[in-house]
Amino acid sequence: MSQIHITTTINGDETEYLCEADETLLDVLRDHLDMTGSKEGCGTGDCGACSVVVDGRLVCSCLMLAAEAEGRAIETIEGMGQGDQLHPLQQKFLEHAALQCGICTPGILVAAKNLLERNPNPSEEEVRYWLAGNLCRCTGYDKIIRAVMDTAADMRGAA
Amino acid sequence: MPKDEYQSRDFRVVGTRPIRPDGIDKVTGKARYGADISAPGMLWGAILRSPHAHARIKGIDTSKARAMKGVKAVITRADFTHQPEDADMADILDNCMAGDKARYDGHAVAAVAATSKSIARAALAAIEVDYEVLPHVTDVDEAMKPSAPVVETGRQQENVPEGYSENVTGRSQYGHGDPESGFEKADLIVERSFKTAATHQGYIEPHACLATLGSDGQGDLWVCTQGHYMVRNVCAGVLGLDAGQLRVTASEIGGGFGGKTHVWMEPTALMLARKSGKPVKLVMSRDEVFRATGPTASSSVDVKIGMTKDGTITGATASYRLQAGAYPGGIAFLSAMCGFAPYDLENVRTEGFEVMTNRPKAAAYRAPGAPMGAYPVESVIDELCQKLDLDPLETRLKNAAREGTKSSYGPTYPAIGLEATLNAAKSHPHWSAPLGPNQGRGVACGFWFNFGGDTCVSLMVNPDGTVSLSEGNPDIGGSRASMTMMAAEELGVPLDQVRTIIADTASLGQNEVTDGSRVTFAVGLATIKAARHAIQIMKERAAMTWGIDPEAVDWRDGAAHPAGPNAGKFPPMTIKEIAAIASNTGGPIAGHHEVNAEGAGVSFATHMVDTEVDPETGAVKVLRYTVFQDAGKAVHPDYVEGQFQGGAAQGIGWAINEEYIYGDDGRLQNAGFLDYRIPVASDLPMIEPVILEIPNPGHPYGVRGVGETSIVPPLAAIANSVSRAAGVRLTSLPMSPPKVLAALKAE
Amino acid sequence: MRFETPTSVDQAVALLAADPEARLLAGGTDLLVRLRAGNIAPSTIIDIKRIAEMTVISQEDGGWRIGAAVPSAEMNEHAALKADWPGVVESADLIGSTQIQGRATLAGNLCNASPAADSVPAMVAAGATARIAGPDGTRDVAVEDIPTGVGKTSLGKGELVTSIHLPPKPARSGDAYLRFIPRTEMDIAVVGCGIYVTLDDQGKISDARVALGAVAPTVILSQSCADTLIGTAGDDAALDALAAAASAEAKPIDDKRGTIAFRKDVAGVLAKRAARIALARARGDS
Repeated sequence: MSQIHITTTINGDETEYLCEADETLLDVLRDHLDMTGSKEGCGTGDCGACSVVVDGRLVCSCLMLAAEAEGRAIETIEGMGQGDQLHPLQQKFLEHAALQCGICTPGILVAAKNLLERNPNPSEEEVRYWLAGNLCRCTGYDKIIRAVMDTAADMRGAA
Repeated sequence: MPKDEYQSRDFRVVGTRPIRPDGIDKVTGKARYGADISAPGMLWGAILRSPHAHARIKGIDTSKARAMKGVKAVITRADFTHQPEDADMADILDNCMAGDKARYDGHAVAAVAATSKSIARAALAAIEVDYEVLPHVTDVDEAMKPSAPVVETGRQQENVPEGYSENVTGRSQYGHGDPESGFEKADLIVERSFKTAATHQGYIEPHACLATLGSDGQGDLWVCTQGHYMVRNVCAGVLGLDAGQLRVTASEIGGGFGGKTHVWMEPTALMLARKSGKPVKLVMSRDEVFRATGPTASSSVDVKIGMTKDGTITGATASYRLQAGAYPGGIAFLSAMCGFAPYDLENVRTEGFEVMTNRPKAAAYRAPGAPMGAYPVESVIDELCQKLDLDPLETRLKNAAREGTKSSYGPTYPAIGLEATLNAAKSHPHWSAPLGPNQGRGVACGFWFNFGGDTCVSLMVNPDGTVSLSEGNPDIGGSRASMTMMAAEELGVPLDQVRTIIADTASLGQNEVTDGSRVTFAVGLATIKAARHAIQIMKERAAMTWGIDPEAVDWRDGAAHPAGPNAGKFPPMTIKEIAAIASNTGGPIAGHHEVNAEGAGVSFATHMVDTEVDPETGAVKVLRYTVFQDAGKAVHPDYVEGQFQGGAAQGIGWAINEEYIYGDDGRLQNAGFLDYRIPVASDLPMIEPVILEIPNPGHPYGVRGVGETSIVPPLAAIANSVSRAAGVRLTSLPMSPPKVLAALKAE
Repeated sequence: MRFETPTSVDQAVALLAADPEARLLAGGTDLLVRLRAGNIAPSTIIDIKRIAEMTVISQEDGGWRIGAAVPSAEMNEHAALKADWPGVVESADLIGSTQIQGRATLAGNLCNASPAADSVPAMVAAGATARIAGPDGTRDVAVEDIPTGVGKTSLGKGELVTSIHLPPKPARSGDAYLRFIPRTEMDIAVVGCGIYVTLDDQGKISDARVALGAVAPTVILSQSCADTLIGTAGDDAALDALAAAASAEAKPIDDKRGTIAFRKDVAGVLAKRAARIALARARGDS
């Protein structure tokens, strides 16, 4: 099997990898690049734990072939903070206890960040529908929604 | 151990809401879960599973798979040469790798290890299994009939009456008094039958492990589990290894809810590792999680309750039939124990039947058995209240169990919090809020025992005076935070001077699984005792330094203080000062505590929910939800609230949409998150948690478990709400739209 | 398996024509699920997202042409398109989660040929056509003529849908799409209904198209449903007649997502509710 050579940008860094045609972006992130922050909860796009942003668009990395990433710009949970500085959403998730087991947390943070970049003032309903593709089984979503809303309010205040 | 451990005190750390110690790793993606670790030279494992609900395995040809490039091991049951003597161990082995027959759709029949995932998948496809398909049964009531296909013969206990299929493996009975005479005193008797579907815990992290095992019997296993000591003991038992030679390390765990208190594939990973001589990583797909790990039981229940016009329950009976999946065991006995546990009854009898079916072995799911125990009882109480025009909260208060009540399952209660939750519900604004058209409000109570069990904790005072705490229970809901808090509380040191880790199986003695809502109670108790042990040593070291009697030393604010006649004679010695000279006063300082913790305090909750039913489609919308639960003492209130909210959300899913759907062919039709419909963010309202704190007399800080009770009331609370909104009593879960619409049309 | 990234329609057609085992990749939200499940094992995957003309939404003769590689999220962000055909845009916006909408396409939803595809009844109600390119050139086909059965289409060898065309929207017209799912998001439609109406200057319905999804192997474009509306003012009696006609037209099956009785009932309920929205839009009330 001949592998495909891909050059892409991940969290601002130019990255090259070899992949099989049937490998997903999630496979490559986790198994080849050792970026295990994106999780595989289902492999069918139903849980959102593998959420990443590709050219500004929120997608499930389990539903994108690694070979599609040529020339794209990919953002993952590993790139969310700046050095030891947490993103405001990450900080609010800690303060609001918006995680229990934490397996869905990277995907939810990536999705929520993409929402706030598009809509700095979402309603509770808008947050809930935006995050409907990110399953959480621990929290009942209550503290997650509050953390996102609170982050949005803070970021609007700071802007 | 005394059961009057509790002492009232003013807390400094406990009851506050600090940021959890494992938080940053989890919000940055650094935390390592089951599938997040690799090893040099690692192979990928994969498991071949039966497509048949019930089939004799006449032969397995693995030759083509073995011949494939990159395939390093192929195993079947024949490779498990150790036959466990213990029946439970033998069942676990058979469940991990089928023997003479496949007992359910998804039952493992072979496994491979290969140099890549895709080669492993291709190798599975090359394995040829010769099946003889057998008749199957997946419904619990069908499985009890004498004519039903039998999953396994010879497993029926003597307590099962005649006239049932051999699938019925056990029957349990509880209660006291004479229900028949109680029914005679009733003004109204309601008798109904109920059904609940099998539901899966639905943790987002599939099972995963990384195994090595040498020919010398030494092995290491990294695994996501609720109990790595259990995994060690079971793997050792199944494979015939010495437990001491197998070291198991718990990964971060991406949800468990009971589903990770069992062993489903770890012996397979170890066997592949032994055969291949390489580390083997085995990760389940979501499809495998649904088909081959245990959901909870489905149930079929008959309930009869008699009540007087003033709301007194005079007699009550319930018969619970729960399908346990493909092996003996089951949790009907827990349903039978929990159903009437919230009430003070003169006449109550319950029975529970454990029934084998051609489904995956049923597993624990958050307060196992209790939700299907409570749902029929709380539904019938609600119907009685409706028909007798009684207030459902007042009626429950009238019958509520309290201190001194003989419970329906035997023991007499010490101080309990049911009345407190009911009174809090009554005075909450939710109870008096107006309802719109097609809306209904439901309430229900729930009970869970809470567990204690074997627990070990070690607390090391480091040379710089900081503290390292080792516990042996995977942290599924923030327990490192609560242990750190309890240690800091007891030692009188700042929170950030304590770090808690989950030790591997070689580092502490036996620890019971993280289950039964036991950890904050039992590990918390052991943490406090370990801290007290360390304090005692530090007091001795200070006394030695001062040349006074250790009994004349007090410990407060993180320092030893001379007390009694010596008070004020010496300046206090802080933990830092004592630690700094430990080497010269007798050596390193560590406290530890090993205990089979008794004194777990039972817990009760009352839930209140408003729903709206679309009369044209049967769709149910949850509008408002409030949880009232006794936590004993809320160590970290954020995570107590989180448990209340999470349990309620799972209960909402169970009540409205979640179900295992089997076809006539006995195959699971919805083995994925697309059609196994757990609640998504847009399905739910905010869930308001109201924490009551009635101290558990059996814990130094009054802690009760909180994790499980929250899933017990929602099934009935929502059923009662929907039934009131729709004007028709719903008796089957889930209350999916087709079912609700059909009920509305039948009216 | 090979992975190809043609940059022109001609290249894509050539690749497709040369390899009967090849599969097209647009958003991949169905293809990758089937790949993973082992349901398909294509020899070649042809990614059409590098074909520039297939990645744009453009105005054409007063209507809209939507490239086959345009994700539904992009449609949802296109204010002018949404203003003209809100029902179509909303139907695409219902396909899966935010993440799915970042990838899923109208053309993919159509060619996957699922009876429950959300965007298909909305496109059919809107009178959309699909442009097909193939070895023999291009042709335009009504959307309802593309799916021929569960997972089957009328596309020939080497053919692919390159774009979807939505016609110019007449004055006093409106469209709507509603579906029923057990949850609020993330489910496959149990029933779907797309409706388009045009009003005359007296406010009477002069033209109507009603399409039902998930109640037959392929989308149903129902003349009998349309007839209940045409000539009426969309009053309650007309809507009740529409509901009855929709229930009668539905030929569903019992499965894990719903029963026959439920689907027939709900087809009527959704038709009535969708018609109210389409009428309000046609009247300029919303």
